[in-house]
Amino acid sequence: MRLEKCWFCSSTVYPGHGIQFVRNDAKIFRFCRSKCHKNFKMKRNPRKVKWTKAYRRLHAKDMTQDSTFEFERKRNRPERYDRNLTENTLKAIKKIDKVRVDREARHHAMRMKGKKAKVQREAAKELEQSIHMVKAPAVLREDSSFTLPKIKVKASHQQAEENHPMEE
Amino acid sequence: MVQYNFKKITVVPSGKDFIDIILSRTQRQTPTVVHKGYAISRLRQFYMRKVKFTQQNFHEKLSTIIDEFPRLDDIHPFYGDLLHVLYNKDHYKLALSQINTARNLIGKIAKDYVRLLKYGDSLYRCKCLKVAALGRMCTVIKRIGPSLAYLEQIRQHMARLPSIDPNTRTILICGYPNVGKSSFINKITRADVDVQPYAFTTKSLFVGHTDYKYLRYQVIDTPGILDRPFEDRNIIEMCSITALAHLRAAVLFFLDISGSCGYSIAQQAVLFHNIKSLFMNKPLIIVCNKTDLQPFDELSDEDKKLVMEMKDEAMKTVIGQGGEAINDDGVLLTMSTLTEDGVIAVKNAACERLLNQRVELKMKSKKMNDCLNRFHVAIPKPRDQKERLPCIPQAVLEAKAKAATEKEKRKVEKDLENENGGAGVYSANLRKNYILANDEWKEDIMPEIYDGHNVADFIDPDILHRLEELEREEGLRLEQEADDDDFEMDGKELTPEEQEALAEIRKKKSLLVQHHRIKKSTAESRPTIPRKFDKDMKFTSERMGRQLSALGLDPTSAINRAHSRSVSRRGRKRERSLSREDNDGDAMDMDADLPSKKLRMRTRSRSHPPSDVVPGEGFKDSAQKVKAVKLAKKSVKKRNKDARRGEADRVIPTLKPKHLFSGKRSIGKTSRR
Repeated sequence: MRLEKCWFCSSTVYPGHGIQFVRNDAKIFRFCRSKCHKNFKMKRNPRKVKWTKAYRRLHAKDMTQDSTFEFERKRNRPERYDRNLTENTLKAIKKIDKVRVDREARHHAMRMKGKKAKVQREAAKELEQSIHMVKAPAVLREDSSFTLPKIKVKASHQQAEENHPMEE
Repeated sequence: MVQYNFKKITVVPSGKDFIDIILSRTQRQTPTVVHKGYAISRLRQFYMRKVKFTQQNFHEKLSTIIDEFPRLDDIHPFYGDLLHVLYNKDHYKLALSQINTARNLIGKIAKDYVRLLKYGDSLYRCKCLKVAALGRMCTVIKRIGPSLAYLEQIRQHMARLPSIDPNTRTILICGYPNVGKSSFINKITRADVDVQPYAFTTKSLFVGHTDYKYLRYQVIDTPGILDRPFEDRNIIEMCSITALAHLRAAVLFFLDISGSCGYSIAQQAVLFHNIKSLFMNKPLIIVCNKTDLQPFDELSDEDKKLVMEMKDEAMKTVIGQGGEAINDDGVLLTMSTLTEDGVIAVKNAACERLLNQRVELKMKSKKMNDCLNRFHVAIPKPRDQKERLPCIPQAVLEAKAKAATEKEKRKVEKDLENENGGAGVYSANLRKNYILANDEWKEDIMPEIYDGHNVADFIDPDILHRLEELEREEGLRLEQEADDDDFEMDGKELTPEEQEALAEIRKKKSLLVQHHRIKKSTAESRPTIPRKFDKDMKFTSERMGRQLSALGLDPTSAINRAHSRSVSRRGRKRERSLSREDNDGDAMDMDADLPSKKLRMRTRSRSHPPSDVVPGEGFKDSAQKVKAVKLAKKSVKKRNKDARRGEADRVIPTLKPKHLFSGKRSIGKTSRR
């Protein structure tokens, strides 16, 4: 019993799930669910489909190369059973997982690092450029801060002052 | 040599079937369509072909029959005689000759009619000739119908004859009816011959096979022979006589010394002496059967004397062969098939005698020299007198001895299974023979999957080592991180008012976008209503005032201007106040100012020419308006689509619809439909 990787999205296929397709050249394609299977049948390239791991790795959204990946490798020759070795392996798997998850989180943080500053800059720019939509240039000239003008309620004027927020 | 191929003779069809087969074949495999308009040579050829084809088929089939049935003179005389006995040689030959004449007749008929067909001058005449030819051929076959039926019977019977090889080692069993011949053959071979208390249970020859000294022997069981003159014998007895006469076999003459077969020893002795001429040159053994009922030693003296006479005769045959005087046991034997006492001895004696005789004969014949060549055993000439024994290493001897003992001692899984309850109960522990570093681990259950990974992918002898390295790396990395993380870019934060403003801006932008999308998507199906029919009242000066004041401007001047430029005030010469309640009495100049703004303010209505530009419409000058009016009118005109889906549709659904290209016209011409 083995956990396989879905050919399209690279998620793990547990036993009892998914479909295996064997092509005439004896290449086996495994799919985790019908979404991936149907995408494959449509001949879509997983490297171009945004939500797959292949795309994410290719466009460096996720960590590509790391020493934690080398621990997990398909070995074709079975090893003779050794209890100590197996015990150690099981413990090691947990630690390796933790390390890998940490590294991935770090990678993500690195990726998102400059975002806050950028967002702030963009907000400031937008404010400066489009302030005329909510504050007339005449008023701006008098008062160059970015506060909105207060609406002066005229006594003799309209009935529908209350409708104002609804209409805007 | 059709020795054994009696089973392979093809079925002989009856007369009627024969005709049906041939005629249907002719119909299927020759061309069938012909018209009287064809060239005469073609017609003649057509019918000639049919006639010839039929003749060829008849010829073929009749030839196979004639060839496959054996010629009684060409086969082994045993079979020849057997067939003669069963089927009467003359009848058989007659039937086959009739078939032969039929074949020739058909050939002649065909030849004649083909010759006539060459001069046929019309389709009808050729056809008649062909019909006549085929008819005559079929009549010929109909006439030999009984012969065909007879041959079919013979064929069926022949196929069921026992397959006796006349040339191999054979043992023949003969004697009176009911003496125990069939029980004997049942005992020594696998043949399952009927054994019953009445006489003539066995009605034909039966063959069994038995082994002796690695050789196969045929044992032939015959029907019983009665003591009668030769001419009076019936077919069944003739079978056994034939077998006796022609097969070169060892003969076992069975004697029933108890007399329970219904015939005394005297009668049996008489029979023996009558047919002893048939035992010429054959190893003969007298077998006394049914000793359980009557032991041999307790026979009366006369009977013993008779038996001894027979024995002497038998001895003569022995002496005649090899000149050796063997003891009684080679010639006279006793046995009982019921108790199986002495049966094997009889068989062995018979086989031995036969073998010796055959070997002697072979030795005397010319073929022996060829055989001798094949039997050469090469023995190298000894160089000196030293003894050279085969050398077997001691280890091998020991191992052999050990293996022998082990083979008995070793307990197999199957034994274990049987001990512990059998197949359904015991399940073998497959792990008990595992070779592991520590035997305690044999019953361990190892997980194959852990935490979404395959454990087998991680197993590695130096995994601990590598894990340590990894953790060291990670530790280093963490320290580095801690240093790097200290400086954090603290950008300028927006103040709450600024944030509010930004939110407003974004809200407005999204509204614009939404509005644009609605307008864009439904532009074709949604008519644009001109402002004067504005039922939602979107374009009021109050609204304008509100929007301007939201931006922070003072709207009063804009509102005033809007009012002054409005259509309702166009005709006015004098400035009126904004209040609408004023109603002057001037009938000519005044219009009724209605409080409701839904209708246009009525001015002095004048009819305008279509090219006259009214200020509210948005045209630059009258030329533009004229163009716009023209376009409007054009767009309303219904386009002739010619049943097309669009302008690029060049599909013709059916290129040649039937109703346009076929049928007669009720009126009009077909050349133009």
